[in-house]
Amino acid sequence: MPILSIMILLPVVAALVAVTLPGEAPEQAARARIVALATTLLEFALGVVLWTGFDASGAPFQFVEKLPLFAPYLAWHLGIDGIALMLIVLSVFLMPMCILASWTSISKRVPEYMAAFLLMESLMIGTFAARDIFLFYLFFEGGLIPMFLIIGVWGGARRIYASYKFFLYTLLGSVLMLVAMLYMVGIAGSTDIGVLATTDFDKGAQFWLFLAFFASFAVKMPMWPVHTWLPDAHVEAPTAGSVILAGVLLKLGGYGFVRFSLPMFPDASAQLIWLVFALSMVAVVYTSLVALVQRDMKKLIAYSSVAHMAFVTAGLFALNTQGIEGAMVMMLSHGLVSGALFLCVGVIYDRLHTREIARYGGLADNMPRYALLLMLFTMASVGLPATSGFVSEFLVLLGLYQVSTWATFWMTTGIILGAAYMLYLYWRVAFGTAAGEDARTMPDLSGRELAILVPIALAVLWMGIYPASFQVPMKPAVAAVVDRLKGRELATLPTEMSLTPALPTVIAPAHAAEAPERTH
Amino acid sequence: MNPTLASIALAGPETVLTAGSLTALMLGTFGGGDKALRWLTFVAVTIVAIAGLTLIDDPVGRTLAFDGLYVTDAYSSFLKVLILAASAASMLLALPYLAGAKTGRFEYPVLLLLATLGMCIMVSANDLLTLYVGLELQSLAAYVLAAFHRGEARSSEAGLKYFVLGALASGILLYGVTLVYGFAGSTEFDSIHRLLAGPGPRSLGILFGLVFILAGLAFKISAVPFHMWTPDVYEGAPTPVAAFFSAAPKAAALGLTVRVLVGAFGPMQFDWQQIVLFLSVASMGLGAVAAIGQTNIKRLLAYSSIANIGFALVGLAAGTPQGIEALLFYLAVYLAMTLGSFLVVLQLRREDGSAVELMSDLAGLSRVRPGLAAALAVFMFSIAGIPPLLGFWPKFAVFQAAIAAGLVPLAIIGFVTSVIAAFYYLRVVKIMYFDDPGVAVASTRDPINGGLILVAATFCSPLGMLTITPIVAAAGRAAAALFG
Repeated sequence: MPILSIMILLPVVAALVAVTLPGEAPEQAARARIVALATTLLEFALGVVLWTGFDASGAPFQFVEKLPLFAPYLAWHLGIDGIALMLIVLSVFLMPMCILASWTSISKRVPEYMAAFLLMESLMIGTFAARDIFLFYLFFEGGLIPMFLIIGVWGGARRIYASYKFFLYTLLGSVLMLVAMLYMVGIAGSTDIGVLATTDFDKGAQFWLFLAFFASFAVKMPMWPVHTWLPDAHVEAPTAGSVILAGVLLKLGGYGFVRFSLPMFPDASAQLIWLVFALSMVAVVYTSLVALVQRDMKKLIAYSSVAHMAFVTAGLFALNTQGIEGAMVMMLSHGLVSGALFLCVGVIYDRLHTREIARYGGLADNMPRYALLLMLFTMASVGLPATSGFVSEFLVLLGLYQVSTWATFWMTTGIILGAAYMLYLYWRVAFGTAAGEDARTMPDLSGRELAILVPIALAVLWMGIYPASFQVPMKPAVAAVVDRLKGRELATLPTEMSLTPALPTVIAPAHAAEAPERTH
Repeated sequence: MNPTLASIALAGPETVLTAGSLTALMLGTFGGGDKALRWLTFVAVTIVAIAGLTLIDDPVGRTLAFDGLYVTDAYSSFLKVLILAASAASMLLALPYLAGAKTGRFEYPVLLLLATLGMCIMVSANDLLTLYVGLELQSLAAYVLAAFHRGEARSSEAGLKYFVLGALASGILLYGVTLVYGFAGSTEFDSIHRLLAGPGPRSLGILFGLVFILAGLAFKISAVPFHMWTPDVYEGAPTPVAAFFSAAPKAAALGLTVRVLVGAFGPMQFDWQQIVLFLSVASMGLGAVAAIGQTNIKRLLAYSSIANIGFALVGLAAGTPQGIEALLFYLAVYLAMTLGSFLVVLQLRREDGSAVELMSDLAGLSRVRPGLAAALAVFMFSIAGIPPLLGFWPKFAVFQAAIAAGLVPLAIIGFVTSVIAAFYYLRVVKIMYFDDPGVAVASTRDPINGGLILVAATFCSPLGMLTITPIVAAAGRAAAALFG
């Protein structure tokens, strides 16, 4: 059964159904909601089938489908390894939550809204499953259109500015990558990602190709200093839009690095780690400080996303098993945690229609269940042991320490600052007393809201207590990437905590640094 | 068979169109005048369809006719299919517009038939004189069409402006032709090609002639810096005429340019490549930047067509069969996108019955006519070149060819201008989807036009990607025929 094709095409069909439903506006909206929820649940079921059917010790890429549909430019070529699998599972897990979160808060043009989300889902799965470089690009860029509409039509006050900024920023980043892809395909003579990942490009060319891909992925990630579209987009997007943006779209950058930049340009990656580390270090400290002074909840979480993504880039460019694995777990963990935090903001936004932190307070009194769940997600964001955040941060720092002590030092500082702004947020929202009567009398979570948040909370704990279920499928894929990087000459970094330059180091082979694997 | 008769038989579309246009003129004059507009349009579409059918049994290889003045090959056939389809669509899309306007004159389809005939001759030209005859036939019909609303000052101005500048361009072109004839001793493409490919130094006169010819042709395809007439003429001309101008004549003139440069001046590729590079970069850049400030849809689409010609020229700048293949693919998709956009605009009228021309008139269209808005959104995202819509792939193809030819900076410039251009295409979507309905828009529901919009929108949607393989294969054969 071509399960990946079904997963990609099913939401498209459902989206068409949603916008062509008969009936008057209210019942049309109700039907569209049901169609969307049913489709996303079915997609989740298919995702579980994918996960259980994936053999971690089997072929590197499974569920492969290949049809020469669009010759000569590209082929319909799909397949997943462990990394793609986990990200697809994350996407299909978050989608039903998004639909449920918009159940009552979106009341205008519901069929179109649901259709846009279903298209998003299809494009996200396609991005992770594509094995043809241009098919990847197609899905990667295609996601801009529904997201542009989601922010622009259903967003907040400055939605138009935010939607333009989002669209043009990411498009500009991507076209440079497209030029690089065209160049690479011209040299390798194949559009197959597998072939390209084993082609050794000229070292000089690798440098430019790396930068072209970097332009795209750094914007998607987003890395400092090209992160500025993210707070705007998050603040203006509807809740579910923020969840998708933080939960899945930001992962496209990290996925791109691990799928393209590292294996295709190993020499350039090893030479340019200083660039990535520098940007990550600045990002984690700078955005954490910015997050400390935010008055808007969504903006605060958006800045915290930038900081967490800096961990992902730092971990990836540690270029060793722990670092890359940590970055992958970080992407999954952040997808769950930041998605949940945005959903939490959505819950109280639906009640009070403001995101200003100062308007809230004392929620632990009148919304105890909400306060409990918010605390769990805050702790996960901070990286408390037994939550998913701890596993990922620990692995990243472990990998990073082998490469650069300085980078580790600054990233750890970021963790401390992260704890500061998240706890400060929690303190202001959950404790004390609220400014207004309306905030003091807000009702606690409804059944629907619990149904959204509790599964995510369980997943966060699962990933924190037994991360192996998520790590094991990814291990062969990570090992393959580390294999490609083996023996490349690393850029000279001040490795020790001294300012004297160290000798050039060579990346350790994959098996040499296996020992401190279990982290709990 | 008598060589003349054989030549006439070979020039099937031209013969059908000549006879058909004269018949249509007679039918219109003696068969009801302006009231006959509607059925005369269907007659004209039928004639175009028959002309298209004669292409089916064209000889596969390259065949000369009329003593080498005329050529048929896969290249001319490919372009003729595009031209005939675009012309037929241009006839049909005018029906609701002309019925509403006071100037519903029967000459409209007849003039289009004559212009189509001129375009068919253009793409089959194998001699500088055939080229000129075809170009002038097409242009003269176009001048009249631009001034079709003869009672309206704006339309007359557009016609006059187009005529004066067009005549100037034709003069420049003709001057170039005389120079080439003087220094090469022939006007036939094959002879010029042989002479240039031969040994010995080339005369500077031929280079001058080439530059003049290229300047004249650049005017016809409205490549920067010969584009000045385009926005004014599009704005002044009746909307269906602007739609026509942006489609078939562009394809014909660009096809002709390619044949002149590759077929006749192929050995001078080094010389013309630099000119084409400049035209391409300037068109992409100006088309992208100048459109940002526009408030009139027709002017916007005029700048959009300038930018698109710039993108198509990237394929010519590459100068390889792969580049020409990409250019032909680009033209095929571009015609559908631009005609589709004009079709949607033509369906709309303001409350007072006047035609919709301002972008702000589209405000909130997604709530009044969701189908039309969705179609226009597809066209806009497609012209902007956002995957997975079909409009992305021709851009992809031309830049792939450019990179294969070593023109990486050109590809980077092109993609960056496409991002700038995306801004104004997005604005159309923004006005339709994000803004609240403003000026009430009444729209006609013409089943024929509705069907055309549906076909064009489906073609430009991701579903259209399934047509990539056959179109590119046909374009590849056409390009191969040109390089022979």
